[in-house]
Amino acid sequence: MNYNLRIPEDLDKLADLKIGDILYVSGLLFTARDEAHQLMIEMHEKGEKLPFDPSKMVLYHCGPVVKKSDGKWEILAAGPTTSARMDLFEKEVIENFGVRFIVGKGGMGDRTAEALKRAKGIYATYTGGAGALAAKSFREVLNVYYLDELGSPEAIWIIRAENFGPLIVSIDPQGNNWNRISREKMERNKSMIFEKIEKS
Amino acid sequence: MEIHDRILEAIRLAETTIPDDVFKHIEMAWKNEENNVSKSQLSSILDNVKYARERKLPICQDTGTQTFFIDAGYDFPFKKELVEAIKISVERATNLYYIRPNAVDPFTGKNPGNNIGRFIPYINWYLRDGDDATVYVLPKGGGSENASALGMLKPGEGIKGMKKFVIESIIKAGANPCPPTILGIGIGGGSDLSMNLAKRALLRPLGRRHEEERVARLEEEILELANMTEVGTMGWGGKYSVLDVHIEYAYRHPASFPVGLVVQCWADRRAYIKIDSKGNVEVLQ
Repeated sequence: MNYNLRIPEDLDKLADLKIGDILYVSGLLFTARDEAHQLMIEMHEKGEKLPFDPSKMVLYHCGPVVKKSDGKWEILAAGPTTSARMDLFEKEVIENFGVRFIVGKGGMGDRTAEALKRAKGIYATYTGGAGALAAKSFREVLNVYYLDELGSPEAIWIIRAENFGPLIVSIDPQGNNWNRISREKMERNKSMIFEKIEKS
Repeated sequence: MEIHDRILEAIRLAETTIPDDVFKHIEMAWKNEENNVSKSQLSSILDNVKYARERKLPICQDTGTQTFFIDAGYDFPFKKELVEAIKISVERATNLYYIRPNAVDPFTGKNPGNNIGRFIPYINWYLRDGDDATVYVLPKGGGSENASALGMLKPGEGIKGMKKFVIESIIKAGANPCPPTILGIGIGGGSDLSMNLAKRALLRPLGRRHEEERVARLEEEILELANMTEVGTMGWGGKYSVLDVHIEYAYRHPASFPVGLVVQCWADRRAYIKIDSKGNVEVLQ
């Protein structure tokens, strides 16, 4: 199924999505990679408040190429980074900040899938490497946080997107995880390939 | 200052336009793929490549670790100037937003913002006869580099063990290195030499086989085996997990069978520069 979603307005519709569904997203995104995830968790532990509300946005695993001209930020390339690195932190970020919609690439593990199931949220993937095309749908940088501390790839960029996609649902709110399904298939293929190598 | 401008031009070319051989291989995969999700991903990849080329934008936001392989003659006169020009050009490319600041201190995580740091940009020399030089520009993304692996195999496992090691590694990496990938494999030497050969193997255009028939056949065989894994484009399954396999080798120690594997993402960005002994520079892809 194909869906056009507005974020934050359509966040409750995520509960009905299934793996393989194709999404186009308009609305608010925040970027976060390893360092931003760590920082968010540390701030939560210290009881400090974030300057934005992650529960009203898509969490996007991305470190964009950005350009500042005439005092305004422009996004030149902004494809997804490898989500598996964020498996270390994602359960805590989902639980502590009410994140329900995550976008990245490469798939995520069962710890994240279980947290998303409890939150009735999803993880979807965008085509890895398609950085220029992704940037085309990112219309405006609304804010940037922790730029000096973390540097531009790791900073938190708040972005307004228009028809960002196609995104493919890879973990759904029922806890189905394409990563696990495809791994089982690849393991079976591996046994078959190893047999072929032995016979060669 | 011509050499500075030409290196900057080569960095920009590599970052915004993939070589023709890579484009043709992706296009072929898109035409022949029967898995619908993977086909749609290949279609996005081709759209992205065309859009980036047209607008001179970075193909991918991960503009990589700036990596330069220099094949230079023993009598090439501009070695020092070349190294200085590379460093200056990398910093300029960063300031001009051609590349993302991608070099951080491993202890503090601090990003100086200019892609300059200890041993970075990475320059790897290979000296040979002659008085000219070829500089290969290979911006290497982090996601694919993380899938690279070293196998210190037992000589008794041999070539069969090497094939299993490669298949095991690409299945383990799954969708993370942005497949369909290109595999550089270095066999023999020691741990460092096998990895170096594996990365150097990526400089060869897709579709071009090793000059030795026995190695060329092995490349074709591993390509076929790798595409039986069904990793597929971005992990969504289908016929194309790997676009090509390039092998280089060195003689090994009798007790060792090192296998280096360097994985390159579909965005196999390359350019090269030829410099003659008079300082004439040409940028090519």
